[in-house]
Amino acid sequence: MKVLVPVKRVVDYNVKVRVKADESGVETANVKMSMNPFDEISVEEAIRLKEAGKATEVVVVSIGTAQSQDTLRNALAMGADRAILVEADGEVEPLAVAKILKGVIAEEEPGLVLLGKQAIDDDSNQTAQMLGALTGWPQATFVSKIELGDGSMEATREVDGGLETIKVNMPAVVSVDLRLNEPRYASLPNIMKAKKKPLDTKAAADYGVDVTPRLKTLKVSEPPARAAGIIVGSVSELVEKLKNEAKVI
Amino acid sequence: MTNLIIAEHDNSELKAATLHTVTAAQAAGGDITIAVIGEGVSAVAEQAAKVAGVSKVVTVDGAEYGHQLAENVAPVIVALAEGYKNVWAPATTAAKNTMPRVAALMDVQQISEITAVVSADTFERPIYAGNAIATVQSAESTNIITVRTTSFEPAAAEGGSAAVESVAGTGDAGISSFVSAAVTESERPELTSARVVVSGGRGMQSGDNFAMLEKVADKLGAAVGASRAAVDAGYVPNDYQVGQTGKVVAPELYIAVGISGAIQHLAGMKDSKVIVAINKDEEAPIFQVADYGLVADLFEAVPALEAELD
Ligand SMILES: Cc1cc2nc3c(=O)[nH]c(=O)nc-3n(C[C@H](O)[C@H](O)[C@H](O)COP(=O)(O)OP(=O)(O)OC[C@H]3O[C@@H](n4cnc5c(N)ncnc54)[C@H](O)[C@@H]3O)c2cc1C
Ligand SMILES: Nc1ncnc2c1ncn2[C@@H]1O[C@H](COP(=O)(O)O)[C@@H](O)[C@H]1O
Repeated sequence: MKVLVPVKRVVDYNVKVRVKADESGVETANVKMSMNPFDEISVEEAIRLKEAGKATEVVVVSIGTAQSQDTLRNALAMGADRAILVEADGEVEPLAVAKILKGVIAEEEPGLVLLGKQAIDDDSNQTAQMLGALTGWPQATFVSKIELGDGSMEATREVDGGLETIKVNMPAVVSVDLRLNEPRYASLPNIMKAKKKPLDTKAAADYGVDVTPRLKTLKVSEPPARAAGIIVGSVSELVEKLKNEAKVI
Repeated sequence: MTNLIIAEHDNSELKAATLHTVTAAQAAGGDITIAVIGEGVSAVAEQAAKVAGVSKVVTVDGAEYGHQLAENVAPVIVALAEGYKNVWAPATTAAKNTMPRVAALMDVQQISEITAVVSADTFERPIYAGNAIATVQSAESTNIITVRTTSFEPAAAEGGSAAVESVAGTGDAGISSFVSAAVTESERPELTSARVVVSGGRGMQSGDNFAMLEKVADKLGAAVGASRAAVDAGYVPNDYQVGQTGKVVAPELYIAVGISGAIQHLAGMKDSKVIVAINKDEEAPIFQVADYGLVADLFEAVPALEAELD
């Protein structure tokens, strides 16, 4: 079984982004970029499936600018076998990403697609579910555990009330949550080896997908700032302030 | 027919998240229909019919909808959405699972987790863990919108008298099934609607030590939350996680104990009315958002706080 893993290049999770002065977006020039952290978890899971003999090949795909090659090389260094870059400029919305991924699936015919639950830049949490709709495959979202069976899979999902386990037919679309695994670091020899692994470049048009955004971003602004607080000297002062100043207890 | 709201419920009770969503839809204007999709949901439909401002309730009842499997529920919503301008749902895990599937079936780009309605087609939503707010305008013929419940007051649960209509579903897609659930039991208020939240982080050092926070929580009628680090370490269950990728809370009072204040955590609590931070590191970023900071060892401060609340 082939596993397809879509990975997105995003502003690193440690960066506190700044809104541009003209409110047209956030500052991304000279900002550290990394693989979306959830996608590191899905790459890791795919590699583990291969190491366990349950997957035969791990193919990673990214939709974005030429620089997304770095992200793909990173996934190859972790242990993925092959990469596909679908070049597209500007912001590509989840619906368009899902449509392109559907095209990639038609060519690659994976038995499983592992996505992140959420890209930490747009915070959409949509792509996996949309891909499920477009392929007609079942979806297991926000998963913290997967167990492959014969023609089906059991997945444990992180939900508002706790955990839920569902069974889905294969092929299936999965979105991974934080507790699924702890991603490995790529070793130096593997980073060197990754440079020689195959990386194909395509264009969104190859899949007949129009990536023009459907939603128009009118502006991007700073969130309201909180007023500065105070440091209290003791627990009793804290309780006094909460009672008499803030009046919340 | 303007607004269709997908109800959040557990087959017996309408959840408050739905009431917050009603307020968001009202801000966009037009009539409101609530759809209740589930198994044995007549009591939920009755509650939905009483919500102030709702003109109609439709129910779709069947065993295949009992666990909100997206493969079964999404086609039902697509069928119901016919003729509506906006389809809304609260940004709960159930709706986050289903609504994008609905949107793609309808060839619509969903608008996730809005925090404000600017006009009938324009909405605000946080991006980059809430470090920026995007104002987006939609030209879709139908808008699919999820709502951050903490950004909208709840509509009144009583006062309405909508007609209830039952509609046939679209059947079992037969590609997914429910196996089991491990629900976190708690006598305390629900995290997302509690008036006070007491959260612990890695500084708590163990799950057993959360008992200290629970004692404080019980004196304040509070819910207990946690940082990702505390959940990852297994101190508390996953549904305690507050943050960018966990739950978003905005209580009257949020007490962060042994939490450093990473941007991903702040994303889930910085709209709280009053924030208290207890941390032994005076440089911890959590103090930048705290109204009241206490630089102290939590193992001394928390028991003292509990005693002080008598
Ligand atoms: C993709 C992604 C998503 C994430 N989503 C979330 C999310 O939704 N929610 C979330 O919370 N995090 C999230 N994180 C993790 C986040 O980046 C931080 O790692 C996490 O919030 C840190 O948790 P913490 O503050 O408990 O631990 P730490 O950062 O380790 O802080 C522990 C704090 O406890 C204090 N402390 C220790 N001992 C004591 C003591 N005895 N008395 C007083 N203080 C003490 C220390 O001074 C320190 O400040 C996410 C990260 C990623 C990459
Ligand atoms: N441009 C992209 N290229 C590759 N994968 C993507 C892209 N955008 C989103 N994804 C995948 O979809 C997941 C969820 O993203 P989102 O729906 O934008 O929150 C990510 O974790 C990725 O696995």
